[in-house]
Amino acid sequence: MIKVGNLEKSYGDQKALKGISLEVEKGELFGLIGPDGAGKTTLMRILVTLLLPDKGTATMDGLDVVADFRKIRTMVGYMPGKFSLYADLTVEENLKFFATVFGGTVEANYHLIKDIYGQIEPFKNRPAGKLSGGMKQKLALSCALIHAPKVLILDEPTTGVDAVSRKEFWEMLNNLRLLGITIMVSTPYMDEAKLCDRVALFQNGKILSVDSPKNIISGYRSKLFGVKVGTTAQRFECVGLLKQIEGVDSVFSFGESIHVSSGKASVNDKILMEYLNSHGHQGILVEQISAGIEDVFMELMRNEGK
Amino acid sequence: MKENREHTGPIIQVKDLVKKFGSFTAVDHISFEVNKGEIFGFLGANGAGKTTAIRMLCGLLEPTSGALRVAGFDGYRQREAIKRNIGYMSQKFSLYEDLTVYENFRLYAGIYGIPRKERIRKTDELLEKLKLEESRNKLVGGLPLGWKQKLAFSLALFHQPAVVFLDEPSGGVDPLTRRTFWDLIYEVAHQGVTIFVTTHYMDEAEYCDRVAIMSEGKIVALDTPAALKDQYKAESMDGVFLKIARNKE
Repeated sequence: MIKVGNLEKSYGDQKALKGISLEVEKGELFGLIGPDGAGKTTLMRILVTLLLPDKGTATMDGLDVVADFRKIRTMVGYMPGKFSLYADLTVEENLKFFATVFGGTVEANYHLIKDIYGQIEPFKNRPAGKLSGGMKQKLALSCALIHAPKVLILDEPTTGVDAVSRKEFWEMLNNLRLLGITIMVSTPYMDEAKLCDRVALFQNGKILSVDSPKNIISGYRSKLFGVKVGTTAQRFECVGLLKQIEGVDSVFSFGESIHVSSGKASVNDKILMEYLNSHGHQGILVEQISAGIEDVFMELMRNEGK
Repeated sequence: MKENREHTGPIIQVKDLVKKFGSFTAVDHISFEVNKGEIFGFLGANGAGKTTAIRMLCGLLEPTSGALRVAGFDGYRQREAIKRNIGYMSQKFSLYEDLTVYENFRLYAGIYGIPRKERIRKTDELLEKLKLEESRNKLVGGLPLGWKQKLAFSLALFHQPAVVFLDEPSGGVDPLTRRTFWDLIYEVAHQGVTIFVTTHYMDEAEYCDRVAIMSEGKIVALDTPAALKDQYKAESMDGVFLKIARNKE
């Protein structure tokens, strides 16, 4: 459904995209995962025909984003990262506006938004600017859907919303996927990768990896240990100590634990434990663990840097 | 190991704290204490009363009733002293993007009345520590997000506050930058500065010693992340938060 080949884009001497290639299948829920400034928004804005690429090609359903931009605009729904509805129009007026801009009516495609819009319909006479964050998001998604697009492009829809709204939003995306809509969604939150069919890990205008979350995680090469330490003060000291151990490649805080990676056979849980014990840290739990998406991301970043 | 400060005992003491706006009770009898050098997480959905509580803790808002002491100062009568003894960092609003790195230091030092000699010495020291010497005369707006975070954090600590308030300190950066930032926070806490983190991203909460969760003006849970996960039978703080939100309904 979406095909991108060697796409490049610069702003002045700042290279935002450094030759990106990827394909998204029809009906896929595809995630762009990466920090702020990685190039996620630039890629999305090229796909929705709001930016011109410098080099390379991008097509949606076989249509070229440069030559066929008018056709693409009718088949794609876009939700930008910044709230872009009309704050002084009511909820209902916004929805009507977006339906009629595309030459349709709210009624014609109401079935697509019923579950989402239904939740904010009790507030349909409220100005959009006066909605809570979670409700704004639901309205924005409804407006992006009301012309029945084949492809949805959602730029960081879950940034700045609380955990409950975030979870609800992903459930909505899952339901839309079941209707056959192709969805590309970006997020800086690595833990959301597992909710996608496939993801592209983005960093510095490049793709580090494209695959299913499961395959990405199983691509982690090193041995990984989780070290559980009680207080943050103790954790701080242990991070310093673990870095001194011969054969340890990386030591990172992961909330309550410390993740230690190593490619050496000589490093095992017993050695780590004994080293910390011998430096006065007791009550520690060390176990070999499987990697998460953040561990992989950091490993790929390190390899990229070499 | 930890440097000594004059104040002993809990750095933040809150007892039955209430704030009403007209007939609306934004903060409804909350009580907790935060110790020196502790990293304390303060969570809650939008509208839970978090911001109002923090504004009182920072000396910006007078409580309606209850007891409040921050760094040994009273939350009613000594609000100016509180302001001078705390630091504040928000990822979005801490730095002036159209001033250079050096000018931002000058501005902060000026606001807190730090003498010129000390300012120059400390600025050089910090720029070296942060490896930002070469960017000294660059506009802050052009720096990568990770550098801005470190810079904002250092500025919040410039006047050696007893407590520093961090608002969503590590959102939006890559996982590597995020870890180096938390290492920096741990280092500062280890030196005895109390860190008060507010966020609605639960994975930031996992880095704290203890976490309080606010809902409808009240503190509904307060413990270490491990104990909360145990209590709510959740694998992550995200799970804890979802269960608390559901219980409310």
